[in-house]
Amino acid sequence: MIRIRIIRRAPLPNWARIAIPVIAIIVTLILAAIPILIAGGNLWKSYYYLFYGALGTRFNILETFVKSSPLIFTGLAVAFAFRAKFWNIGAEGQLLAGAIAATWIGISFPGVPAFILLPVVLTGGFIAGGAWAAVPALLKTKLKVDDVVTTLLLNYVMMHIMGALLFGPLQQPGSSWPRSPEIVAAAKYPILLARSRFHMGIPLAFIAVFILWFINKRTVLGYQTKAVGVNIRAADFGGINTTAVILKTALISGGLAGLAGVGEVCGIQYHLLMDLSPGYGYSGIVIAMLGNLHPVGVMFSAFFFSVIIVGAQTMSRITGVPVYISEVIQGMALIIMLIAILFTEYKIKVAKR
Amino acid sequence: MEEKKPVVEMRSIRKVFLDVIANRDIDFSLYRGEVCSLLGENGAGKTTLMNVLFGYYALDGGEIYIKGEKVNLSSPKDAIDKGIGMIHQHFTLVPSQSVLENIIIGAAVEKGLFLDFKSAGERVVRLGEEFGLLINPDVKVWTLSVGEQQKVEILKALYRDVDILIMDEPTAVLAPKEIIELFKTLKALVKRGKSVVFISHKLNEVMEISDRIVVLRNGGVTAERKTSETNIRELANLMVGRDILEKLDRKNMIPGKPVLEIENLSVLNEKGLKAVKDLNLVVHKNEIVGVAGVSGNGQTELSESLFGIREPVSGVVKVNGKKVKKGNPAAAIDMGMGRIPEDRIETGLLMDLSVEENIILENHLKHGFQKYGLMNFNRIHEFSDKLIKDYKIKTAGSDIAAKSLSGGNLQKVILARELSGQPSVVIASQPTRGLDVGAMEYIHERLLEERDRGAGIMLISEDLDEVFTLSDRIVVMYEGEIIGEAGSGTASKEQIGLWMSGVKK
Repeated sequence: MIRIRIIRRAPLPNWARIAIPVIAIIVTLILAAIPILIAGGNLWKSYYYLFYGALGTRFNILETFVKSSPLIFTGLAVAFAFRAKFWNIGAEGQLLAGAIAATWIGISFPGVPAFILLPVVLTGGFIAGGAWAAVPALLKTKLKVDDVVTTLLLNYVMMHIMGALLFGPLQQPGSSWPRSPEIVAAAKYPILLARSRFHMGIPLAFIAVFILWFINKRTVLGYQTKAVGVNIRAADFGGINTTAVILKTALISGGLAGLAGVGEVCGIQYHLLMDLSPGYGYSGIVIAMLGNLHPVGVMFSAFFFSVIIVGAQTMSRITGVPVYISEVIQGMALIIMLIAILFTEYKIKVAKR
Repeated sequence: MEEKKPVVEMRSIRKVFLDVIANRDIDFSLYRGEVCSLLGENGAGKTTLMNVLFGYYALDGGEIYIKGEKVNLSSPKDAIDKGIGMIHQHFTLVPSQSVLENIIIGAAVEKGLFLDFKSAGERVVRLGEEFGLLINPDVKVWTLSVGEQQKVEILKALYRDVDILIMDEPTAVLAPKEIIELFKTLKALVKRGKSVVFISHKLNEVMEISDRIVVLRNGGVTAERKTSETNIRELANLMVGRDILEKLDRKNMIPGKPVLEIENLSVLNEKGLKAVKDLNLVVHKNEIVGVAGVSGNGQTELSESLFGIREPVSGVVKVNGKKVKKGNPAAAIDMGMGRIPEDRIETGLLMDLSVEENIILENHLKHGFQKYGLMNFNRIHEFSDKLIKDYKIKTAGSDIAAKSLSGGNLQKVILARELSGQPSVVIASQPTRGLDVGAMEYIHERLLEERDRGAGIMLISEDLDEVFTLSDRIVVMYEGEIIGEAGSGTASKEQIGLWMSGVKK
């Protein structure tokens, strides 16, 4: 008779913390073969065009970077919140709040030069996203309302606020589409590389990775958020103002998500549209988990996700496998990563007798 | 007894965790109808040895015989099938279910599609009557006290026809009265031919309950004694390998000005009832005031309100004559209060963070540990390394996660954090609960040193010996009030005991 037992294992060395997400990704790609085959795709051809579409040409690589910008921002937003056990499922709504603010500023101040308007747009988007995240943070700290529920539901509230604005005050005059007027040129992110959409939001995302790593590692706020996340009762006992820490966490988290929205408006669309975000806020949750809540991990997992999303379009065009395969792969990546995280703390022991 | 065949025989048991040898070639036997104590400090290997017997850990070496038959226990289920039951320190009950449901879980008799609750209930009541474990099988477990929950655990084992019962530090969570009841039950068990292993590091309890005592130290057996042929002093020696100072070296000091004044303090408990009622108490400089009492008489609420983590409904607390802001831990710290919480892991420590991150918890904003919001890690390392040395904290380094430390060393981390700022008031709530003799002695010495330095100390403890050893003055809390007060020279244990049971003189 064989018995299988799950037992706690000793803490893993650091290299394993890096190896595990990599293994999770490889396993994901292997398992993704099943739905690809079911969809009737030729396996090798499908994978070839998946990676060719994402990394095969200069333009494709730059498009993958373009895609990674909002994903890095929402991934960082979720990772920073989760670290303090503020369960922010609301990056999507905060992204839209940032996008609305950026649009409003972007169409309201013609004639203001870019070096003034761009910082204002960025700040405005950050504050709007942060303020929208502060609502559930206040509900959590003051009234003990569950943050998972409030952050999630506020996404729909913001979506409908955006709808009301796009059919109302923010609608392009003379248009019947839910679409805002184009923002002024000074509010648009500069394009940094010719013949591409590689805009300023991409380096900004990588700078945000560094800033967040620095906050976590070196600052008092980083220490306090970690303490609150690990044991809020002990943090409170130790004199940390836990309410203030959760609020600050929410402001930064929501602000980062807001910047994702600013980037989509000012870097890509130049208008506010109903389908501005294909769920970047929700992808951020998966990316944060896959990245082990570490800013650098988030950077790599966001890049992996953009490879899948961008590559899946080429793959779909050429092999006929539906483009939705990219969402299947994203979902698989999350589940496999969660299983992998389990195995970082536990191991299976098979006993024969 | 030597002629009898043992019911359990463990030969050369070896168990290794990573690089720590928890059990090194231990021989252990248990006979029918006896209570055998496993005595040893925390980390001596007692619980590990019994977890091996309970099939919870796989053996790394050695053999186990039960009733003469060699067995291979690969899970607790195997052990239960062989008649071995174990009750851990932390209970494994489902609070929202009834006593009966908890007892029959996994061992229920089925009657067609349904469970036979009726006959199961009758059996539980019968067992309860036989062994003095009277519990209504229909009440929900969450409504029971800790002592009653332990009874349910014992019933659960008996329901499975266990005849060897292992109890891991069963008295740690019990009030004195409940301990007496537990001991009655254990005696009833052995009278009916069952065998009990009693794991403990409390010498007086071991002397009282057991027929035989096996002393463990550092993963090995150091001695085996019949209880009738030994005494507390010898056991203590065997356990720690040195004499315990029964009387600490304490100077006589004249208490100075009041440093902590509690005036008409009232505090509510979780249920919204007054747990502390208009309490008045003064602690002076150079004085230790022991607050004795049976647990649940408002000590937890009193300490939490002083710590600032529970807001009192009325009353004033002053430190050095200045009012302390209510319900604000930071204010308590700033006023010079050193606070040792009774629940170190839940309230006192960040177990997933490093030792140094725990040490600087309360003053990470001060002492140059930060500048412009940036942490100064060099200063933090220096400061922590010094405290680790000063307080003899056993850790592989200041950057090691707190959760890898033993209980005694965790308490030293708290002590280092709370006392390094030279507080004028120290509130120590159950400071040695669950600690081994070595750590306990160290903490007692430290508290006395603090008193000699000039702190006023409020020692809240259920351990009467501790209160008597350390205090200059003893007060007794009963139902949220101070029912009696005596100087430690004039107090008798009998009088304190009467007060603890609510009898006013």
